[in-house]
Amino acid sequence: MPSTSSPGDDPAPGDRASTIVPASELDRLIQVLRRQGRTVIGPTLGDGAIVNDIVESADELPWGWTDEQAPGRYRVGRLPTSEAFGFANPTQSFKRHLHPPRTVLFAASRDHGGGSAEVPVTIAAAESAPPALALVGVRSCDLAALARLDAALTPRTGSRATRSWGDGAGATPTANVDGGPLRALEPFVVAVSCSRPGQTCFCASMGTGPTPGTGYDLALTELVDGGPHEFLVEAATDAGRAVAAELLGRPAGAVDHGRAAAMADRAAAAMGRRLDPDDPPAAGRHLDHPRWRDVGDRCLACANCTLVCPTCFCGATEDVTGFDGEPDLERTERHLVWDSCFGSSFSALNGNPVRASTADRYRHWLLHKLVTWHDQFGTSGCVGCGRCITWCPVGIDLTEEVAALARPTTGVAS
Amino acid sequence: MVPARYRVADRTDESADTVTLTLEPIDRPIPTPGPGQFSMLWAFGVGEAPISLSAIDGTRLGHTVRAVGPVSRALASAPVGATIGVRGPFGRGWCPPGDDAGPAVVVAGGLGLAPLRPLIAALVAARPRRSVRLAIGARRPEDLLHRGDLRRLVDEPGVSVDLTVDVADRGWRGRVGLVTDLLDASTVSGTEPMAYVCGPELMMWFTARRLLDLGLAPERIQVSLERNMHCAIGWCGHCQLGPSFVCLDGPVYDWAEAEPLLAVRGR
Repeated sequence: MPSTSSPGDDPAPGDRASTIVPASELDRLIQVLRRQGRTVIGPTLGDGAIVNDIVESADELPWGWTDEQAPGRYRVGRLPTSEAFGFANPTQSFKRHLHPPRTVLFAASRDHGGGSAEVPVTIAAAESAPPALALVGVRSCDLAALARLDAALTPRTGSRATRSWGDGAGATPTANVDGGPLRALEPFVVAVSCSRPGQTCFCASMGTGPTPGTGYDLALTELVDGGPHEFLVEAATDAGRAVAAELLGRPAGAVDHGRAAAMADRAAAAMGRRLDPDDPPAAGRHLDHPRWRDVGDRCLACANCTLVCPTCFCGATEDVTGFDGEPDLERTERHLVWDSCFGSSFSALNGNPVRASTADRYRHWLLHKLVTWHDQFGTSGCVGCGRCITWCPVGIDLTEEVAALARPTTGVAS
Repeated sequence: MVPARYRVADRTDESADTVTLTLEPIDRPIPTPGPGQFSMLWAFGVGEAPISLSAIDGTRLGHTVRAVGPVSRALASAPVGATIGVRGPFGRGWCPPGDDAGPAVVVAGGLGLAPLRPLIAALVAARPRRSVRLAIGARRPEDLLHRGDLRRLVDEPGVSVDLTVDVADRGWRGRVGLVTDLLDASTVSGTEPMAYVCGPELMMWFTARRLLDLGLAPERIQVSLERNMHCAIGWCGHCQLGPSFVCLDGPVYDWAEAEPLLAVRGR
């Protein structure tokens, strides 16, 4: 991890694993990745916000822009300095680029022309040539989210002990599952340490930031402490070292690592929020806490939180027939689209939702994110990016809800 | 998530809105399912639905479908010769009763008989080591599924069949009332029975409570749960019930696992 290099560790001569490059080298980095045939996704200014989108040069990065985030509030603003990454995090994570809102699973057609009672049906798996991606400017929260999303979408079997007639008869639950969608992409990841966390950020308390953990090829630290505007570049993989070797810079020394560590410490201290690790399990024990009804009354069930969450993975399947272009009822496509557990039909069983109230749905979302995700995947489903707080139109703050839910009540439970 | 093509080889009308389809593979068959597992059946241009196996005969699959929504209506109306897409088999099925000689108690409500049918076939095949007691309820006499099976089973030694309906008609000479009324001390007599229960969630809840009252251990009561499912591989998130993905961890649970999942309304 970048910040753990203690001052005094002089890098060996010629060690290209950590390098100091001037800010102008960011464009060379992007061009090197583009020359590898990769589509580069990174932060850029769009629609009055800092968004992740395709960038073709470093000019498109949001130099000198920052964001102001608060419950139910987001604004961009200018910085006195010309930082490339002087904001907390883009409006959306990289989820939409790795787990797109709409994926075609297969196409099918049928032929009524044969005159026979049996109508031949053809099914063809969607041709997928996954794009070679490079993700630039991945915050530590979003880096942790990539791994958690990958774990959630990796084919797996049930967590219960194997014991039924279905076992051992070739009938594994994943018998006809292809590889996980993220695994096939294997993007080149350029992480960046956080220097200006937002008021809604709490990655430090979740153990996911502000410096990148694992899973990156290159990690950048933008040194904006009054000294020269430089980047500390640390490579963690062979692919990362190969790209770093093309940048013009000098080997990083103890002083440089010390500057980066000091910035990380300042960022960790500047987090606007925190989540007590003991609170989520306590909240999970109080399934009849009156606070659930209280937050259900405030929640609009709009699904903004699940859309901006970098780990929310739920989807729906739908058959799409005939209505794009020429109506053609003899052709159909099956799509996997993003879905949200806040929708009333999400849990529908024979026409009626199992989670009938908004309070039921908020409880499901919160407890899945913070409690049952541990049972399912061995980690929290929350990385502390704070987007669900910022983008909630009524400003519901999960750190506040969890703290309230962890407090036992003496009143009558709902 | 691409289905294998199956052909509707046979249709058996079970009731006004329920049909059993026999499907045979057009190209590659899916792996052989076990009793209690389910398939995702796809109707061209309409969608997919999780449907339990009501018969397993080599590569031929039986699925009993009640026409309640767009997908199940399309499946239930598929004529012989139609192509249906099949993915699966999915989920954890019924747990075999083990080598002890205790009786098997099977309690079904309505459409819940369908996923129990391959289990009943396996249990009956395992006689005379073990007796099989069936308690089957339906709303009305005409809603009783697999009536041909039931008629045959009545005459089988070592098999008892008790039927009840909520609402009788003139021709009905059997019992009227809840399926739980069919369960008494004699149902669970003998060494450590294993109980298999499937039906509407409330019916399973009260059946399990009744079996517990009669002295059965929660680990010896199995239920098959139902939740909304889109993918059956743990990706879509719809079927989550507490920490469980019903498509992966279920649909069959023992009561020790199921009770805390079902005890909280709206979970």
